[in-house]
Amino acid sequence: MITEQDVPYLPRGVRIHRDTVRDAWVLLAPERAITLDAIAHAILTEIDGARSFGEITAALAARYNAPVEDIAKDSAGFLGALRDRRFLEVQP
Amino acid sequence: MTTRPPIAMLAELTHRCPLSCPYCSNPLELARVDQELDTGTWKSVFRQAAELGVLQLHLSGGEPASRRDLVELVQAARDAGLYTNLITSGIGLSERRLGELDAAGLDHIQLSLQGTDAAMADQIGGYSGGFKRKMQVAAWIGAIGFPLTLNAVLHRRNLHQLPQAIDMAVEMGARRIEVATVQFHGWALKNRDTLMPTREQAREADAIVRDARLRLKGTLVIDYVPADYHSDYPKRCMGGWGTTGLNVTPEGKVLPCHAAETIPHLVFENVKDQPLAEIWYEGAAFQAYRGTDWMQEPCRSCERKTVDFGGCRCQAMAIVGDANATDPVCIKSPRHGALQALAEAHASAEGKELVYRSAPGKPIPETVG
Repeated sequence: MITEQDVPYLPRGVRIHRDTVRDAWVLLAPERAITLDAIAHAILTEIDGARSFGEITAALAARYNAPVEDIAKDSAGFLGALRDRRFLEVQP
Repeated sequence: MTTRPPIAMLAELTHRCPLSCPYCSNPLELARVDQELDTGTWKSVFRQAAELGVLQLHLSGGEPASRRDLVELVQAARDAGLYTNLITSGIGLSERRLGELDAAGLDHIQLSLQGTDAAMADQIGGYSGGFKRKMQVAAWIGAIGFPLTLNAVLHRRNLHQLPQAIDMAVEMGARRIEVATVQFHGWALKNRDTLMPTREQAREADAIVRDARLRLKGTLVIDYVPADYHSDYPKRCMGGWGTTGLNVTPEGKVLPCHAAETIPHLVFENVKDQPLAEIWYEGAAFQAYRGTDWMQEPCRSCERKTVDFGGCRCQAMAIVGDANATDPVCIKSPRHGALQALAEAHASAEGKELVYRSAPGKPIPETVG
């Protein structure tokens, strides 16, 4: 489970891509293309390999005027699933 | 039903290969070097693929490193916006060439594994010194930092090495391993007596994979292709015919799957004659098994018909003699019992030699014994 202090990043070979044919954002990774909804895209574009998960969820909560606990819960689930597939890492 | 754009394209850049694996998925009739598409045509195909909606490009072969223009082709694929994956045995890649591929933007490398030691790997690949070279290439890949998938191809002769293959993937720093039990198409059909796993081996592999997935969660992703003939339901071949992926041969023929040429009544268009989009949306071979209208019973009334789309058309052709039939792997196929008996017979055959894949332009060896 990702913690507030963890600093997540997209490892080499995983990148966000604008799919102009389907008019959608996708996450490209080895042998996978995952369509990103607006929320997933918002979370991933905040990830810069410098800020912690806590800072990222606070920023999203402020921007979308939503409770930080809800944002943190949803984001942790999404990022946890990416981490299990090795599509996301946390800084050592 | 509306046809959606494809997600993945397999570009078989060449049929040339230093290895001669007896389960090679290339057709028996291999394209010669003078029949291969030139650099400019491949570049155009990559641009057309991206415009069509392809996101993932798999550069394969044969051995794609046998193409002297590989770096230029990778560059063109990335310029077109494609996620570019190199499927390789490692033979033909030097440290310098890997550096050039890195600079060109190669996204990912999939390295094949014929065995976990030189004795096994070099015997299966038919190439002395291949394993040692592959380990050297794996070290360079790791040093550069390319994301790596190890692709372990397993069969009766090397299934006992599955635990070591998984350990090797972890040691190499691979994020992913494909545990691929040999599928019997192309050259593998000539070698069923030597390569068919026993039912016990297949079940043991299931258990090893199940255990390793739990143990290595978050460290190594394991994608598993189980032993087809020992399964109760067929594979969802190509994610559904003409729904997800397409394959371009070295000569430019566009196929719905890499084995589709074994279905004799299908006709394939060529990228030299027609735009890729037109072939995808209107090509007769793509239309032939799209959706469910072509199905016979028991597929037609089956609740799984959009789960696995009746399985593999090439396998129905090869074993039942009718490409419209239910894949005989399926427990509902009237031929399922016969397939199981066949699998049993192949799995218990003894004393046969491996029939190695030949080189492009060379005669196709006959099955011996």
